[in-house]
Amino acid sequence: MDKKRNANTQSLKIMDINKNNDFNCSIPNLHTAKIILHNGVFVGGRAISENVICKNEKDIFVIEIPENKVLSLPLQMVNTLYDGKQTQTKMIIRVGSQSKVQFIHCDDSCDEQSSTSFNTIDILLAANSSFDYYKMENINNDSSITTEVNFNLAQGSKLKTYGFSLNGKQVTNTLNVFLNEPYAEVRLNGLYLMDKQQEVSTYVNVRHNAADCHSNQLFKGILDDSAKARFVGHVFVDYGAKNTEAMQTNKNILLTDKAKINTKPFLEIYNDDVKCSHGATIGQLDEEAMFYLRSRGISFRSARMLLMYAFCQEILLENTIAPLGESISEIIKLRLQGELSACCDCVFQCAQAKNHQK
Amino acid sequence: MVLLEIKNLHASIKGKQILKGVNLKINKGEVHAIMGPNGNGKSTLASIIAGRDIFDVTNGEILYKGKNIFDLSVEERAAEGIFLGFQYPVEIPGVSISAFMLTALNEQRKYKGLDTISSLEFRKIMEEKKKIVEMPSNLANRSVNEGFSGGEKKKNEIFQMAMLNPVLSILDETDSGLDIDALKIVAKGVNALRSKENAIVVITHYQRLLDYIVPDIVHVLYDGQIVKSGTKELALELENKGYEWIRKEMQTPNH
Repeated sequence: MDKKRNANTQSLKIMDINKNNDFNCSIPNLHTAKIILHNGVFVGGRAISENVICKNEKDIFVIEIPENKVLSLPLQMVNTLYDGKQTQTKMIIRVGSQSKVQFIHCDDSCDEQSSTSFNTIDILLAANSSFDYYKMENINNDSSITTEVNFNLAQGSKLKTYGFSLNGKQVTNTLNVFLNEPYAEVRLNGLYLMDKQQEVSTYVNVRHNAADCHSNQLFKGILDDSAKARFVGHVFVDYGAKNTEAMQTNKNILLTDKAKINTKPFLEIYNDDVKCSHGATIGQLDEEAMFYLRSRGISFRSARMLLMYAFCQEILLENTIAPLGESISEIIKLRLQGELSACCDCVFQCAQAKNHQK
Repeated sequence: MVLLEIKNLHASIKGKQILKGVNLKINKGEVHAIMGPNGNGKSTLASIIAGRDIFDVTNGEILYKGKNIFDLSVEERAAEGIFLGFQYPVEIPGVSISAFMLTALNEQRKYKGLDTISSLEFRKIMEEKKKIVEMPSNLANRSVNEGFSGGEKKKNEIFQMAMLNPVLSILDETDSGLDIDALKIVAKGVNALRSKENAIVVITHYQRLLDYIVPDIVHVLYDGQIVKSGTKELALELENKGYEWIRKEMQTPNH
């Protein structure tokens, strides 16, 4: 399915995905426009609206959505790491004024080879635009991924992020959100489920540079075996940022004595007219709830599963893409049961993936 | 047939002695009431039977269907037919009532070597049992006890009892916090579940509930022991004379 591209961009041949058998990632009941990267380089796409411009500018991959465009399909970008390489990806996404985009970013790894990837993504939201960013990380146990995402929000723009770190030797995410103009809103949600000796670090930095902006952070994690997690949540409210609302919550469940979480909320507030809160909890599963479930005949293991699943579900409460939420819920279930493994198949592991030929 | 036999049960928590030699026998088809002042061991007794492990059983034994109950885990006791109606049912956000009950039913069935039931069959059963305590129609998707009033939580306990069809039900202060209308609905539900094949223990400190759930035997649990047993008239006598009457009796030298 070839598509002609705008003459301004480098002409890119969009490969026929099906022939290549490169990519078979579909979310059940959800159509998405596909953007495919191999080791950080754009190689092809499918069903991408002509409103969306994808181009490689030297070593930076750029996606541009012009103003006044409401994309009917979410954009799904899958970056597959091949051949045990160390890769670097740089991306810029520009969302035009009044436009609405839903973006699903999947980092997968191929086979069990160790790979390391560093990603920098700059996302620029123009006035009154809206951007929903879903990031799934499910790489193999020998691979590491470090991602820094910088969001710059203009007046009245709205950002929602959902990050799911499900597997990997070392996963590091830095989210820098700059609320540069009034009436910008951001809701950051994150879930990390780690076991063995995996490590996940999340650094969140929200800067209220203008008045009348709202930010809300909800990050949750379940750690098993000797997994380690770190959460640093920095909220900075500048002198002129009156009428700021900034909330932050980090909740963690440790399933073993060896699992570790280091959580550090950090508020730097230079204006009096603000409403800020932060909270961090570290605990085990609620004993009373466990007893209640078991007193109805539910085994210890199943009761634990129900409670852990319930714990994770809070992250998806504001999700507006129902089929995506359902898929993520299924993946969380599999992950909690120890039945999810990262492989060449798409993170979403749907039925089609079983037909995938390597 | 003897369902539950408690012999000389002693239990403590954090070094504090709560049960000081409880003796009790419950047969199939019977409804027992256990009354007594607060803090005298009623909930402790109920929790120990259900399997709560925060108590230390220092002496005595409990036989359920002739076997040592302490050989069974919490979930095994439930699958063997024990049901505890909690005094303060906990809220579990994110776990739907349908997921909860379906899992419970199927795990109990697996324990008994039965086939599991499908979601569809389960829905039918749930619709039917909801009526027993007039539960609302949107119940299935609500989280367990989340946002429920006190009365709704107690009704939810009886709904679960209807779903699981237990052999020995222990209802811990099922009437506390209920207005008269809710009380009648709950009592009606419990009465509908009474049979010759099961037994029910109603723990309360008010006689009022026993006008609706009429017991065969009434016991008084005082200072960690069952000090008096009698017919339902005993409950009325307690109502008239108060627990002070029991306290005085315990103090007389010929007791």
